[in-house]
Amino acid sequence: MLRYLLEKEIKQFVRNSFLPKMVVMLPLMAMLIFPLIANFEIKNINLCVVDHDRSIQSQKLIQKIQSSGYFRITDVAESYQRAMLQVESNNSDMLLEIPVAFGKDIEQGTSTNVLIAANAVNGVKGGLGSSYLTAILQNFSVDIATKIQLPKAMPQGAGFSIIPRFWFNPTLNYKMFMIPALMIMVLAIVSGFLPAMNIVGEKESGTIEQMNVTPVGRFQFILAKLIPYWLVGFIALSIAVLVSRWVYGFKPQGSIVTVYLFASMFMLAFSGFGLVISNYAKTMQQAIFMILFFLLTFIFLSGFYTPINNMPQWGQVLSNFSPFKFIIQSVRLVYLKGCGFADMLPQFFALCGFAVFFNGWAVLSYRKKS
Amino acid sequence: MNKNNCQLSTVNCHLISKSYGVVKALENISFEVEKGEIFGIIGPDGAGKTTLFRILTTLILADSGTATVDGRDVVKEYNEIRKHVGYMPGRFSLYQDLTVEENLDVFAKVFNTSIEENYHLIKDIYVQIEPFKKRRAGKLSGGMKQKLALCCALIHKPSVLFLDEPTTGVDPVSRKEFWEMLKRLKNEGITILVSTPYMDEAALCDRIALIQNGQFLKIETPENIVNQFAQELWTVKGVQMSKLLNDLRQYEHIRTCFAFGDTHHITLESNMSTVENLQDYLQTKGHLQVEIKPTKASIEDCFMELTFEKSESYD
Repeated sequence: MLRYLLEKEIKQFVRNSFLPKMVVMLPLMAMLIFPLIANFEIKNINLCVVDHDRSIQSQKLIQKIQSSGYFRITDVAESYQRAMLQVESNNSDMLLEIPVAFGKDIEQGTSTNVLIAANAVNGVKGGLGSSYLTAILQNFSVDIATKIQLPKAMPQGAGFSIIPRFWFNPTLNYKMFMIPALMIMVLAIVSGFLPAMNIVGEKESGTIEQMNVTPVGRFQFILAKLIPYWLVGFIALSIAVLVSRWVYGFKPQGSIVTVYLFASMFMLAFSGFGLVISNYAKTMQQAIFMILFFLLTFIFLSGFYTPINNMPQWGQVLSNFSPFKFIIQSVRLVYLKGCGFADMLPQFFALCGFAVFFNGWAVLSYRKKS
Repeated sequence: MNKNNCQLSTVNCHLISKSYGVVKALENISFEVEKGEIFGIIGPDGAGKTTLFRILTTLILADSGTATVDGRDVVKEYNEIRKHVGYMPGRFSLYQDLTVEENLDVFAKVFNTSIEENYHLIKDIYVQIEPFKKRRAGKLSGGMKQKLALCCALIHKPSVLFLDEPTTGVDPVSRKEFWEMLKRLKNEGITILVSTPYMDEAALCDRIALIQNGQFLKIETPENIVNQFAQELWTVKGVQMSKLLNDLRQYEHIRTCFAFGDTHHITLESNMSTVENLQDYLQTKGHLQVEIKPTKASIEDCFMELTFEKSESYD
């Protein structure tokens, strides 16, 4: 019986004018476009320079800033107040004030101060911009110090140089951080969203009622809905894996089998979540909004964008209720750190827990309604 | 309800009630349908026909009362019932994105049978849609959809067939054909429960139940229902039909008055007024060329009469 139902589901899926295209397009779009635009590396920060010194040294500094690639000198103002106007009118994101006698002080080896001010309306841009600029300034002062050989009068912080080593992602490439998470997002939509929509669709069109007066059991009916989407989920995941390999040259440090193993447990859990929704939603519209609400909540709690450690204490506790947290963690660990299955047992068991919880809930909530 | 009855009848309902919140969809419905009968449930929209069908096809549970279908309890043995009944809901509920053939195939297979096995049952109907068997069900015309739905409900050779308003929205010719098909199925020994809002179809059933506001008004053969009409019924025809209806209703000795196609059907309080009195009254109201003729009651008149009697008994 299950075979016939599966046959029907697959026929309907293939015949759908939209779904097969979406299964290919979604991972392609997610992999080709999102990593490029959802980028936390800040470039093209508009900088307004107030140069009271106008010396060779100040010129050198400005050139250095410009050549870093992060900044665009959009304006050179005469005073701090004028520069602030630029920031206020949003023409500049940051301003740098170089004091009078900056060059002279440097050459003589006395310490000097520059002023950095950043517009923090966009917190990420302000924060990262000022730290980039600080790094450039530090670098600059080290250069000066070595050039003019004045060990005693070295500016502060130049006594030792800090060369950070970024483990597991040496170039701090943001894409490598995003790609594993995006893979999971694709997987969630295909394995959780689509079967739920399919079932609610049968509710809307009344066909579920026609099926209910046949000997088809509820369990078989649901299994026939889920299996095709699990397969489709693997196809979408594979597309994502291949794109990240061919386009970004991004290979998992660990075993790809581990990735698939975790992904299948996640699909089981998340399709259970979809079933819960389909039991409560009467129309597609309701289902879409319910899923969207939970999907967004899960994603923001998962550490997809922001590290979980940055969250307030209660947020960190809440994050344990998002299945995304555990799957994104494990896929990132496999991809970047090369962790094996044994290293991620807590994550795996957490996903198992979600699978039991959601599927159990789906079964119970269905029984109550019939 | 004794045991013998249960065995003879295919469908057996005893004091079934169902409410949706404060709305009483069904109130103490009891009836029996014998094997090989065409049993019609006749009533307006919202009378409770669909709710009754959904209870008997095990889709919903009644609040109280018991029912058996094919000798099996609708609550305890719903799994068995599902193997032996065919249900055609009022709304087209097949897979629109599958073809005619594929729909039939899916429903045959989930009942563990094949199209070939019971082809003789659906042959007469299926030949009419066979030319379109590669067409998707969603692209069929209304009548074709109806025929396909009937085929799908029949493909597992059910012993009881539930048809919920099968002819609503179907053209008169297809309606006629449809009823001829039902007659043939009856000859195959299939018990058929059919609901319809069309009174003219009632005459085609073996027995009918008139239902209103969740209550059965009467269960009888169509002939007996008509014969039991106790009033003298008249048709009234005039030039200004809508004014005529109003004036008739204002007549003090009028009992019932309904628009009925191109005439009005009335009954009078016979001890108070005669047709001649009425004729005079209408003339004073300025109606010319009024024809008043006696007529034989139809099922619709009986339905109206029963509704009227019921409302009278409430007052």
